[in-house]
Amino acid sequence: MLFSENLKIALRALRANKLRSVLTILGIVIGVATVVALLALGKGTTASVTSSIQSNGSNLLTVSAGKQQSGRPGAGGSQQASYLYYADYQLLQRSLTENVTAIVPSYQASYLVKYGNESFDVNVTGVTKDYQEVHSYKVAKGRFVSDGDEKSQGLVAILGSQTAKDLFGGLTPVGKTISINGIKFEVVGVLESKGSSGFGSSDDAVFIPLETGYNKLFGSKAMYNDKKVVNSIAISVKTTDAMDTVSAQTKFLIRRSHKLASSDELDFNVLSQADLLSTITSVTNTLTIFLGAIAGISLLVGGIGIMNIMLVSVTERTKEIGLRKAVGATKNQILTQFLIETVTLSLLGGIIGISLGVGIALLFTATGLLTAVITADSIALAFFFALAIGVFFGIYPAFRAANLTPMVALRYE
Amino acid sequence: MIQTQDLMKVYQMGDTEVHALDGASFTINKGEMVAIMGPSGSGKSTLMSIIGCLDAPTSGKYMLDDVAVENMDETKLAEIRGKKIGFVFQQFNLLARTSALENVMLPLTYAGVSGKERNDRALKALERVRLSDRKDHAPSELSGGQQQRVAIARALVNEPAILLADEPTGALDSKTSIEIMELFQNLHKEHGQTVILVTHDAYVARHCDRIIKISDGQIVSDEINRNPIKAGAPRTEEKM
Repeated sequence: MLFSENLKIALRALRANKLRSVLTILGIVIGVATVVALLALGKGTTASVTSSIQSNGSNLLTVSAGKQQSGRPGAGGSQQASYLYYADYQLLQRSLTENVTAIVPSYQASYLVKYGNESFDVNVTGVTKDYQEVHSYKVAKGRFVSDGDEKSQGLVAILGSQTAKDLFGGLTPVGKTISINGIKFEVVGVLESKGSSGFGSSDDAVFIPLETGYNKLFGSKAMYNDKKVVNSIAISVKTTDAMDTVSAQTKFLIRRSHKLASSDELDFNVLSQADLLSTITSVTNTLTIFLGAIAGISLLVGGIGIMNIMLVSVTERTKEIGLRKAVGATKNQILTQFLIETVTLSLLGGIIGISLGVGIALLFTATGLLTAVITADSIALAFFFALAIGVFFGIYPAFRAANLTPMVALRYE
Repeated sequence: MIQTQDLMKVYQMGDTEVHALDGASFTINKGEMVAIMGPSGSGKSTLMSIIGCLDAPTSGKYMLDDVAVENMDETKLAEIRGKKIGFVFQQFNLLARTSALENVMLPLTYAGVSGKERNDRALKALERVRLSDRKDHAPSELSGGQQQRVAIARALVNEPAILLADEPTGALDSKTSIEIMELFQNLHKEHGQTVILVTHDAYVARHCDRIIKISDGQIVSDEINRNPIKAGAPRTEEKM
């Protein structure tokens, strides 16, 4: 018997129970849509994080506090928290002269930033002049932190483009006075947007001179044992080839300054952009796989739903099956008929699910929250997964139908 | 046409064996119109399903159209059913939401006939039951008698050796029953179609030329009916 005949029979049977067919494929629709949307969003996140890291300049070393293996500052030591000091920066500044274009210390803390009736919790970062160049920020209006600010400990602030928009709306922020944690700062500059970069936008930020921060804002939070603490030190290296040398020199210098024995583990990290990239990529990949697996469970449940309905359908249509056998249908023909019905159901669910998933991904992109990346292979994956579910969960009901004894089936009430 | 010898069918019901058929032997020739009669539980349904190749006997021999079918596998039996036997059931068993023409096409589809030939042959079968004007109607739009005529057309479409009818008038009122019996008699007389009618109803059985009675899985009588009732003949005369 022709495939098209079977398809016609299957579609007629599905049309006969429209509501039931729709409800049956809902599980597959949701599962496939979730897989497609999650893969698109996961890929989008990875792409945007990658591009934002690369936009920071490629030959960048970042020194931060914390044990090597943990990779997170402050979470490393079980014995005691480790710190990175302003003195470490001064040491590096004195000692690393070759191969290095700039060294920038920074200290970051979250404060309530107010202008008029608008107030937001924003990350306030104390930085030096070179921060702008090292992290590839461009000034849209006004200026960045200058050497003069450092000396005078001036109460000046530079706003990220998002923060400027949030606080001032359409107004010009330069020359206005904002309050950070109750202390008044004059806005002297606004930065250009670095573009959408996934979570923790680098446009949502306030920068102040580091010296001003120590003396006027951060207070005892930024002090440990009477020494000024920094969160991180960024080292901009002249050439990619020199990265390893500079990294080794940095480790040696800070190890000595922290008075670590040669057997001690480092209480700080020196990470290159490449390291950071591979760490974040592996995190987002794990996350994508994890979320994909959850969506996969939904697909599995959907498949079981299809099998359940097909079993009901076989029971309901026992007489029909008996008749088909009486007029000459073989076991294989009945098997094919029901298998095609299940596969049609799941493929229909798969196609609707893919459209829905792509729709969700596009919606996310349209809101500007994330740029979803829809790839052909993720769609193909979802499609074949739906197909496989149709075949897998369709085989048992189809066998049940094919193995009915015709006489018993015909007499079935 | 049909030769059976010592047909046995044994079902296992828990611990006991049920002999639904206990050594049935008979011969039906081409062109006969035979009634198989018996009360329910007599084994007539089992006999019908074996004659119809819906089931295989436990033991015994069955020659259909000079072919031994008792040891055939399921696929072969399906082919025989499709090509040599036309079934008519009490409940019509038409596919719902499917036009009369498409219902009639069904056996042709399974026999591998397609396209224009399938369409033409199905139409011709519908003409034989005088229902070609209703070919596009679904079963729900047809009366019981019309539905049974569609079912008969479906049974005839492959030009089967045997027309096997299982209580064909059981779901119909008496007037329609007569129409259907008349149709069977016409097919038998005018086209020489072999007809086997399985029924518990003596009145229906008396329309046939020969009546085989079955009880407890055995044939208890096999007689020629010299004076079959002519369906559709003026009833008033009959009653007097």
